[in-house]
Amino acid sequence: MSEQIQKITVTIDGKTVEVDPGTTILNAARQIGGEVVPPAMCYYKPLKGSGGKCRTCLVEVSKGSEKDPRPMPKLVASCSTTVMDGMEVKNKSSERVVDARKGVVEFLLINHPLDCPVCDQAGECSLQDLAFEHGADTSRYEFKRREFDKIDIGEYIKLHMTRCILCYRCVYVANQLTPNREHGILKRGDAAEISTYIQNSLDNEFIGNVIDVCPVGALTDKTFRFRSRVWYTKPMDASCDCGKCGGKAVLWMIGNEIARVTARKDQYGEVEEFICNDCRFNKKDLKDWNVEGPRKISRHSVISTNHYEKVAPAHTPLLNKA
Amino acid sequence: MENQNIENIQFPKELLDEVQRAVSSFPEGKQKSALIRTLHIAQAHFGYLSTPVMDYVARLLHIQPIEVYEVATFYSMYDTQPVGKVKLEVCRTGPCMIEGAEKIVSYIENKLGIKDGETTSDGIFTLKTVECLGACGYAPMLQAGEKFHEHLTEEKVDALIEQYRLKPVANYMGQE
Amino acid sequence: MSRKLLLNNIHVEGIHTYDVYRKTGGYAAVEKALKSMSPDDVVEEVKKSGLRGRGGAGFPTGMKWSFIAKPEGVPRHLLCNADESEPGTFKDRYLMEKIPHLLIEGMILSSFALGCEQSYIYIRGEYMYVLRILEKAIAEAYQNGWLGKNIKGSGYNLDLSVSPGAGAYICGEETALIESLEGKRGNPRMKPPFPAIQGLWQRPTVVNNVETICAVVPIVNEGGDAYAQIGIGRSTGTKLISAGGNINKPGVYELELGVSVEEFIYGDQYCGGIKNGKKLKACVPGGSSVPILPHYLVCKTAEGNDRLMSYESLADGGFANGSMLGSGGFIIYDEDQCIVRNTWNFSRFYHHESCGQCSPCREGTGWMEKVLHRLEYGHGKMEDIDLLWDIQRKIEGNTICPLGDAAAWPVAAAIRHFREEFEWHVKEPNACTTRNYGLVKEKVFEKVNA
Ligand SMILES: Cc1cc2nc3c(=O)[nH]c(=O)nc-3n(C[C@H](O)[C@H](O)[C@H](O)COP(=O)(O)O)c2cc1C
Ligand code: SF4
Ligand code: SF4
Ligand code: FES
Repeated sequence: MSEQIQKITVTIDGKTVEVDPGTTILNAARQIGGEVVPPAMCYYKPLKGSGGKCRTCLVEVSKGSEKDPRPMPKLVASCSTTVMDGMEVKNKSSERVVDARKGVVEFLLINHPLDCPVCDQAGECSLQDLAFEHGADTSRYEFKRREFDKIDIGEYIKLHMTRCILCYRCVYVANQLTPNREHGILKRGDAAEISTYIQNSLDNEFIGNVIDVCPVGALTDKTFRFRSRVWYTKPMDASCDCGKCGGKAVLWMIGNEIARVTARKDQYGEVEEFICNDCRFNKKDLKDWNVEGPRKISRHSVISTNHYEKVAPAHTPLLNKA
Repeated sequence: MENQNIENIQFPKELLDEVQRAVSSFPEGKQKSALIRTLHIAQAHFGYLSTPVMDYVARLLHIQPIEVYEVATFYSMYDTQPVGKVKLEVCRTGPCMIEGAEKIVSYIENKLGIKDGETTSDGIFTLKTVECLGACGYAPMLQAGEKFHEHLTEEKVDALIEQYRLKPVANYMGQE
Repeated sequence: MSRKLLLNNIHVEGIHTYDVYRKTGGYAAVEKALKSMSPDDVVEEVKKSGLRGRGGAGFPTGMKWSFIAKPEGVPRHLLCNADESEPGTFKDRYLMEKIPHLLIEGMILSSFALGCEQSYIYIRGEYMYVLRILEKAIAEAYQNGWLGKNIKGSGYNLDLSVSPGAGAYICGEETALIESLEGKRGNPRMKPPFPAIQGLWQRPTVVNNVETICAVVPIVNEGGDAYAQIGIGRSTGTKLISAGGNINKPGVYELELGVSVEEFIYGDQYCGGIKNGKKLKACVPGGSSVPILPHYLVCKTAEGNDRLMSYESLADGGFANGSMLGSGGFIIYDEDQCIVRNTWNFSRFYHHESCGQCSPCREGTGWMEKVLHRLEYGHGKMEDIDLLWDIQRKIEGNTICPLGDAAAWPVAAAIRHFREEFEWHVKEPNACTTRNYGLVKEKVFEKVNA
């Protein structure tokens, strides 16, 4: 018999939930679900140590705990703040949060190329969703944007650094899934970039997962066939007998052809199980797979809610500039 | 040192000892803590931190090359591109600025015929503007190698450029 | 009138050497502590002294020390923060260069108090020549039995070494310092966990400023109560002030906290007044990060009380009408100085020094610099002033470490107190580029200090 863990109670935007001690505010909010969940651009549950950097998940703690009810003076990163018993949190119900988040979105966009019309990630880009939901309509930034050349890092992956938001997720993947990390963050401040420094190719068996964790179109799959827009492809759950990984994947189909293979992601864009390069890049034949059936993309996004086409013309900051 | 072939990259004995001393000031297994010091030593000896030099340092300390690149590009004192024998690093931050740092910079630019960040054609001087060096009360100032030159005037700049032209010091090792 | 506790022997010939330092009473505090005090006694004296961190935040040192976790069998570490990179501040270099054994003595006392057997001084890379001075002094201390195994027969062991940075202001932030000392990029860590629980190599760690650690020496020598007698209110003891800018006698001064700002600026034993007979325009009293004070708030508070050199008095008036003692980097601006140019200069500094980890600071500091540059060079728009205000507001409080705040505050304070000068830059785009320094030529200061 296992010991019963004492649950603690937290209230977010008026909705109360019981969670295990040590749970972060963000994960408590995800247990409630829906509108109370703050957006997270850098935190990634499967990656230890991730989070805290992008600041999109800031929330207001209006009551610290039952024991010490004082509010926290600053907004806190919900992804890396643990809940206390009796804590009260405001997400969208706080004007401060809405305002600060708008600020963060603007910061993330000032150096972003806004090349969604030509970006592979369009349609499943966390930044696009974030800007749509939490951003302002126009940009006040009038200076030259940061630019980098596109580079190939290895046979399979393209790095388009200009789009990177420096969430560090891909660095955590390399640290935690591969024996020797070969890429990292160079330079500092707004000159910082993801790089191998010496144009190394990344060729570890699990390195392809950087593509799945990247919230934007900075790391993309070079083997993505037909370069189709995501919303023209049909996702199918599939599995295979793989010696290296669990072999649980999603095939993105165009007709009867596999355009690309990714890991399965949950509604927050987090992969359920990392897959190996072989499954991702080489098994592009239906014979390689056991197709289980169509996958429901429950993720709330500009695309899946069919906003993309409708909203595009009016929504200047993300979609106008080609 | 011009030759940056990986085979030729090797610290002399006394520098290896210095690295060893830095490593042994940290507990077993924490040799990565000596990285910043080792890169200073490498930069002083090899002139700048070329990729082969950084790879050599990575091997010395048993860490991944990327860990060295990440650090070498983060800190502003490291040069990953060739520089002159003497770096003239003029502080440009607030307190130095109000005491005339900008004038000193343009004086040096005119005198040496180079701009901020450039190196003279004889390879002796590199001019670099830097942020506060902790000499605000003795402004304006510049650092050359390890040495602080304070209360700068045009005459002082003339004199020290003359001095370094005759005897260029190593950049960061105090080998004056 | 003001007593000196750290710099009292600074002018003694050869004080940087072990022999002279020892002859003038050096290492007496270590002798006393090892012979007649327990580690907790030392912590107790420091608590009684009311000593507050001299690195900028002013957190009570004794309290900080009592937070350190003491899990069985896990080594703890004391790190001395000699990164000194806050513009306007140069006191730590002075201390370490002139009287290195004082820091070493303080490190021994503080390490003893915290139960650390391996301590480090992290010094900014640009101070390489000071590092060599310290290493020489440390070697002398080893030779004379003040460091190493079983110090003076007490059974206490301590190893001390110096480790350099390589050019990064952010490494003054304590968790970035720890990362840097681990041989990594200086990216501040998320807190919690605090260093007192998980610091260097995940072990319990205390980080203290050079001056804080030096102050432990007189505290042990004379007792915490005696130290607390000096100063004013909760600002006990003496403080080193790095004075720079347009004054007659720039330099490092030790003063009893509570000296009036007016005496400090105009008194002969301190700054000796504004250079060239000019008038005071503004003052940044605690290093570039703290809010700038316009001339009429420098010597007097908004209520008209004398402003004193103390944590409380400099903060009197809050952000609206006050500032902070910070690291004690005291910068004076005379009537010819341009506030917009200075603000642009500082924001360039923060842009240059942001580690780039979190988005508001990484992107916001560069944006502010660009807008300020445009204003300073006569291409600004009126809306730019409100834009700047909004950017700084969205950085402040929303970042991982306080560098974001440090970048925001100078901009906020400059706009708050000198908005007209910003507007003048927009209205007179030609005049402002010829550097007539803002409003000074047009506006007479009625409230210039007596
Ligand atoms: C961006 C930043 C830079 C800092 N730089 C320094 C520094 O150069 N020296 C220092 O002693 N403290 C610096 N601090 C403060 C340290 O984080 C820390 O509070 C201090 O070392 C604690 O020592 P104390 O309690 O003795 O003051 C800095 C803080 C920040 C946020
Ligand atoms: S490349 Fe993608 S995953 Fe990596 S840091 Fe940039 S945005 Fe994050
Ligand atoms: S506030 Fe700035 S310096 Fe501090 S962690 Fe964030 S990006 Fe780095
Ligand atoms: S998701 Fe919390 S800071 Fe990025």
